[in-house]
Amino acid sequence: MATSTSSPQDRTTGTGPPPGTDPGVKRRRRGALLHRLDVKGAPYAFIAPFFVVFAAFSFYPLIYTSWISLHRVELASLDFMEWVGFDNYLALVRDERFWNALGNTITIGVLSTVPQLLMALGLAHLLNYRLRGSTFFRVASLTPYATSVGAAALVFTMLFERDFGMINWGLSLFGFEHLDWENNKWAAQAAISVIVIWRWTGYNALLYLAAMQAIPRDRYEAAAIDGASRWQQFTKVTVPGIRSTIVFTIVLSTIGATQLFGEPLIFGQGPNGVTGGADNQYQTLGLLLYEEGWKSYQMGRAATVAWAMFLLLILVFVVQRLVKRFVARKA
Amino acid sequence: MTTDSLPVRPPDTPVAPQPGSGPRPAPRRRRFSLRPSAGRQHHAGPLAYVLLGLASLLSLFPLYWTLVAASSDNTRVTQTPPPFLPGPHLLENLGKAWQDAALGKAMFNSLVVAGAVALSTVLFATLAGFAFAKLRFKGRNILLMLVIGTMMVPPQLGVVPLFMMMTELGWGQKLPAVIFPTLVSAVGVFFMRQYLAEALPDELVEAGRVDGAHSLRIFWSIVLPVARPAMAVLFMITFVHTWNDFFWPFIVLDMSNPTVPVALTQLSAGYVRDQSLIMAGALLGTLPLLALFVVFGRQIVGGIMQGAVKG
Repeated sequence: MATSTSSPQDRTTGTGPPPGTDPGVKRRRRGALLHRLDVKGAPYAFIAPFFVVFAAFSFYPLIYTSWISLHRVELASLDFMEWVGFDNYLALVRDERFWNALGNTITIGVLSTVPQLLMALGLAHLLNYRLRGSTFFRVASLTPYATSVGAAALVFTMLFERDFGMINWGLSLFGFEHLDWENNKWAAQAAISVIVIWRWTGYNALLYLAAMQAIPRDRYEAAAIDGASRWQQFTKVTVPGIRSTIVFTIVLSTIGATQLFGEPLIFGQGPNGVTGGADNQYQTLGLLLYEEGWKSYQMGRAATVAWAMFLLLILVFVVQRLVKRFVARKA
Repeated sequence: MTTDSLPVRPPDTPVAPQPGSGPRPAPRRRRFSLRPSAGRQHHAGPLAYVLLGLASLLSLFPLYWTLVAASSDNTRVTQTPPPFLPGPHLLENLGKAWQDAALGKAMFNSLVVAGAVALSTVLFATLAGFAFAKLRFKGRNILLMLVIGTMMVPPQLGVVPLFMMMTELGWGQKLPAVIFPTLVSAVGVFFMRQYLAEALPDELVEAGRVDGAHSLRIFWSIVLPVARPAMAVLFMITFVHTWNDFFWPFIVLDMSNPTVPVALTQLSAGYVRDQSLIMAGALLGTLPLLALFVVFGRQIVGGIMQGAVKG
């Protein structure tokens, strides 16, 4: 750009001498104009890529999902859309598989999120001590985060194997019967939750640890002077001190839980993957979406499931808000 | 939605590294051990070490066991009690799994996808982060809120139209279909904004202006050098995240042209029944990221603690 030739005082030159009187002035005026254009326009140019890509590949598809959900669209002929009104939604609420998947998504969501965040809180507390080898402990707890869903689910499938799996072997040492982790509904959901918990606990612990380190030391000293025990310091100083981080991780893991897909898909092993077990015992909404769209070739139906997932997410946050308000009023 | 309840960098997390902290991204550990600092309360007792050791064991054991199984043959993996030490067949199994799951192509694809996405995310996030942190323009706060708001929308919800779009563009089963939708990241923008707001002095930008540099030039010669440590961290975290991305690649790619996580599903889908080969494949698919963690683990940990990044 030509602004590099303009001198500093050009920046304030709003109205100069009439144009064309002197080539130097003209050039300087053009420079000033470009400079103003640069200062005004550059910020928008810098943020534009984000908004353009987001609009094209996230926002537009999200909106268009609702339009598609009102049509019959088949995977083989994507151009042909037949208007069916709310038929897809009616079919969805009458479909047992939907209520089953909704229930599974919620139970696996609770089973995986609650222990995960509680354990992360404990782990963060331990990491917050003055430690030898703290880097090792931190990196070690984050390592599962580097394992892809695919690899993690394959390994845990084997650990949870009914006949030779290490977990059943370990349980048998304590006299427990071998458990059929895949076909028993609750066992399967627990096993899938274990995969989620394994992958994300360390990550959340690091977020909590970062927040804990920012709590001023004198708050602990004041609490200690007031005679607070270690446990009281933890509940009265540490937890309130990292409250907004806790909210943040709850939001993130809730979003993750409503979208759960890879773990149940691969844990299923074999052709049953998409159905979430032989009796759909651990089919989530994510799996149902995929089954409708890419196994039954009904894209309109799949779009309805996507909307149901979105509504579930909104519902969860509304409930969360209400609970928060209720708790705040009681306190 | 509830965007106002989402403090992406919660106010109680520590701020980004101070200006002038140099090119080393995460020197905080050493600093903490030199002088007592906020939040660091007590020396760890033996119980804390025991519990932490247990946590590390639980974190690392599944990966170790992958190695044990990948280096055994099928009978050894399925015996009772299960083996706890590696066997002699590691290289043989890795070679077979490499072929059976077409992992060579998958590795190459994942490298291309994760590399391209990480590069573009870092570039666009730094540009936008700089604009939001240091440039003045109308609607800045609203637009920033909008960026944060987009984090609340899981991209999975748009897969049906996205799939139709990609088919129309002729990108079905092709890498651009997984690269383009993730070229930018709201979390990345926010991460860079927070970092630059702290690390880039206003005077430096002003001095550039006074010297007559235009915005792009200021970005290139003033912002980039300051942003480099955060950019490196964002690059690694985005790389890890993209490498592990599953839902959308699984939908839009097929086994003729997969990324690593997509190729790994083939191992479980009954094509390979040999348990030790499945584990060898899982190990291969994880190795590149494990290597990244061994070398840069400290920086990645520091980055996650700085910015609450989940791409």
